[in-house]
Amino acid sequence: MIFALLVTAVVISALAWEIGRPSAKEWYRGRKQQRRPEATYDHDPGRERRAEQRARELLKSCVNQEEWEMYCELGLIRVWGSDQSRSRGRIEMGRAGDERDAPAPYAYLIYPHKPVVAYVPQTGQLISEYCVEFPDESRPFGSARLPESDDVLAKWMALTGDERRLVASANMHLPGRQVDTKQVARDLVRLGQWERARIQRRHGSKVWSQ
Amino acid sequence: MKPGYGEVLIAEGDLDVDAQEREMVQAFRAQLDQGMWAAVPVDSANGRREAEIVRSFEEIPRDAERVIFFPQASGGC
Repeated sequence: MIFALLVTAVVISALAWEIGRPSAKEWYRGRKQQRRPEATYDHDPGRERRAEQRARELLKSCVNQEEWEMYCELGLIRVWGSDQSRSRGRIEMGRAGDERDAPAPYAYLIYPHKPVVAYVPQTGQLISEYCVEFPDESRPFGSARLPESDDVLAKWMALTGDERRLVASANMHLPGRQVDTKQVARDLVRLGQWERARIQRRHGSKVWSQ
Repeated sequence: MKPGYGEVLIAEGDLDVDAQEREMVQAFRAQLDQGMWAAVPVDSANGRREAEIVRSFEEIPRDAERVIFFPQASGGC
């Protein structure tokens, strides 16, 4: 009788051990992680702000005045497609018959940490989105993400320097996948108004447009 | 360009001084070996600003004031 009770106790103990072992392991792992702090980096708003300030200075020193003002006032930069990169569109400058008078066939809108949006300047029709990132895998402060203005500058340099390589590196999607098409449409309207106002300021005269 | 930091000076010097040029060549290659892209902001023929992507030290225009290294692009989203 005693032997039977002992055997039963042993079997119950073995079963309890089997059932409890995973949770014991988890508990042990949790304790181990608590003891050994991971190499985490606290979010430091001051550091991020200083990084962004440096990035803005760098961006300002690279792009032209128009693009810089565009970024400051609209939060985006437009880059003309390279097929006719010399073309600035009818709105700005160029005499009739001049090569510069020919409108650019397409252009890009660069937003910080958002896909690059390709569109037709003459119609405002959106062509595609190019999802592209510039991750720094060394993660100096725990993040691979560049400051916003650095991200814009990286896109600007890659687009103006080697548009094909950037487009080949990117994941292409139809418009509206990541960037709200209504927002882009509003941005294009704002961009048009901003350009007209800028020309008006520069030339001190009214610009007639339909 | 560095996450959490922004612009970082890697090397500077005078290309006419051999030792400084060697140092800059080494720094340039080290960046490219890390997978960075290098670009030189320039004024284009039509007066606009643009970047010139350089793949070797020899491609850098002699009058370039600086070369900017940035992580290479990859498909995201």
